[in-house]
Amino acid sequence: MIVAQRKNIPELLAIVEKHRKVLLLGCGTCVTVCLAGGQREVGIIASALRMAAKLKGRPLEVEELTIERQCDNVFLEQAAEAVKNADVVLSLGCGAGVQALAERFNGKPVYGGLDTAFIGILEERGVWAEKCAACGACVLHQYGGICPVTRCAKHMLNGPCSGSREDRCEVNADRPCAWQLIYKRLKEIGQLDRLKEIKKPKNWRSSQSGGCRQIIREDHRV
Amino acid sequence: MKTEAFEPKILAFCCHYCAYSSADLAGVMRIQYPPNIRIIRTPCTGRLETEYFMKAFENGADGVLVAGCLEGGCHFVEGNLCAKRRVNYTKDMLEEIGVEKERLRMVNISAAMARPLADVITDMVETVRKLGPSPLRKSEVGSRKSEVRNLKLEVQSPSGFAKASVVAKAMTDKTPDKQPTAQSPQLKTNRL
Repeated sequence: MIVAQRKNIPELLAIVEKHRKVLLLGCGTCVTVCLAGGQREVGIIASALRMAAKLKGRPLEVEELTIERQCDNVFLEQAAEAVKNADVVLSLGCGAGVQALAERFNGKPVYGGLDTAFIGILEERGVWAEKCAACGACVLHQYGGICPVTRCAKHMLNGPCSGSREDRCEVNADRPCAWQLIYKRLKEIGQLDRLKEIKKPKNWRSSQSGGCRQIIREDHRV
Repeated sequence: MKTEAFEPKILAFCCHYCAYSSADLAGVMRIQYPPNIRIIRTPCTGRLETEYFMKAFENGADGVLVAGCLEGGCHFVEGNLCAKRRVNYTKDMLEEIGVEKERLRMVNISAAMARPLADVITDMVETVRKLGPSPLRKSEVGSRKSEVRNLKLEVQSPSGFAKASVVAKAMTDKTPDKQPTAQSPQLKTNRL
């Protein structure tokens, strides 16, 4: 899922500085699961914004709404009426959700209230970790399901950098060395011979260096 | 015109298994504590969301007290530890907003600790009294005091436990009514 975290309240207040009627719009998908922009967070942040504005003597009306998914035009219709009644939309969706809103309601200012961080998973309660860099050319099958592109700080594809200490990454000692994990995993599944293959330099054209990416499925187009 | 002295309005979320029972015990033992507290019973402090605390302050509470079981003694194992983390998170958010974090406090009380509960309440009331009215309602101080009629009605709902809306009702109702005390019959009706 996409993982995000909220901006702080003074920053959010500054973002909607010139507006009086704000629609705080949550998203019921990824950002609900990562506790950043779901219905609960909309309630909390709306309260915080109202209180912060009141303390500054600023008139601010904050409407609260959470829809199923902000990155899908079908679900955006649920917000149409509320968007119409507001001066501005402050979205608690991920970056994709904010942009989908801006494209759908093109006459209305739409701002992002979250910092979208990465594609990751919940490692333990309250801890999310990045697992995928969305490089566009997945190599997970070669590394026992552990991504060196994302989880190795140096993106090493042909073995460890030799800087790790006691299975900890030398760049960030709080994180495990990805190559230690890859070795253990390949050993467990009996595929250590994969490490003998020399990997050619990765083709990064499918990643962001090629600009904004797009996938077209002709079989699904109408 | 003479204005009334500031009397803090403090909302207390009390766990059914400990602090709420100790408040009952305080009543039975005739222990006095300031009548500035509005008690809302919760099944466990782990049930409390950050949103509840925010709504309380938004609706005019000068302080919020969260009273859960002693650490290690939660009826639901670790509900009070969850509450502690949420209270700390809310304190940080209150600071971002510009509200003093001392207005929110969590304490751990067992069902037998009637006297410590009264002391905690007294200390909380004094702390908030020193801080003054919530910056969110300073302009309202001196006007008619808020009362608890709606709070009483909501808490007596069939489920027996407080709803999120209780927070708003407790703080916004302006209906004149009798000020509650520790031995108030209004609060006694809320027992199981």
